Amino acid sequence: MSASRPRIEVDEAALIRRVCDGDKEAFYELVKPYERSIYTAAMTVVGNPADAEEVAQEAVLKAFEHLASFRAESKFSTWVIQITINEARMKLRKARRHMYDSIDEVQSDEEGDYLPRDFADWREIPSEALERRELREALKRAMEALSPKYREVLILRDVQHYSIEETAELLGITQASVKTRLLRARLQMRDALAPGIDGSWVRGKPEFEKVRPW
Amino acid sequence: MKVIEISCFEVWREISNYIDEVVDPDLRARMEEHFKTCAHCTAILDGTKNVVKLVADGVSFELPEGFSKRLYQKIQNR
Repeated sequence: MSASRPRIEVDEAALIRRVCDGDKEAFYELVKPYERSIYTAAMTVVGNPADAEEVAQEAVLKAFEHLASFRAESKFSTWVIQITINEARMKLRKARRHMYDSIDEVQSDEEGDYLPRDFADWREIPSEALERRELREALKRAMEALSPKYREVLILRDVQHYSIEETAELLGITQASVKTRLLRARLQMRDALAPGIDGSWVRGKPEFEKVRPW
Repeated sequence: MKVIEISCFEVWREISNYIDEVVDPDLRARMEEHFKTCAHCTAILDGTKNVVKLVADGVSFELPEGFSKRLYQKIQNR
């Protein structure tokens, strides 16, 4: 199970008051338990460690500067992760504009139905198989191949185990969109990882065994 | 009680919600009936469940070395 969701019992309200009185140490204390969640949220969107760290730092500094405007009706962790996701999206948009001038991010969205391409029966994958580098790499490649809006939802739900409601709140989308995107993400991952992708590998052929890392 | 049949297409649309247990009981019953007789949809269900498990167990983002220290310094320098 992922250890990415921290359980915190510190008195955040007290820490926030200290920060507002000028105590920087208190801010670090406030953020520390969420470091990993913040970094993961950034990774979710930008997809590479160097950019993710930069985004995480910028987001944390932004949270520091705007802490006075933080309203306690939402959780501090939710707030700081929302900031991170926004920062990451901005960075991605800038990078894209730079690379391609314009890429239409708002393309058709998830409304079109995604049809599974592979009907091969999948026997259960033993968890020991995850120790195999090939499988981890196949997973990584499959995630990278997802478009960011699907990857975001997949990671928040299936890696970080946020609820549908929390995921919707973090991403600023409806719960219905979370569900539709998650469906698409999971089916695409399945097609990418299942044997027989594109119909080019046929069950029983020797090549088939080679591409199936478990 | 007779469960009203459901098409493969409808099953695929709800398969992720089914795994997350957020489909209503009536739909759930119809899907369960469908899985009993449809090998394709059962394969998709099993595969998708596997994906959810694999992603949960196999994907993690380790903090880069020195991440905390650098973050701490950024805050201090602010």
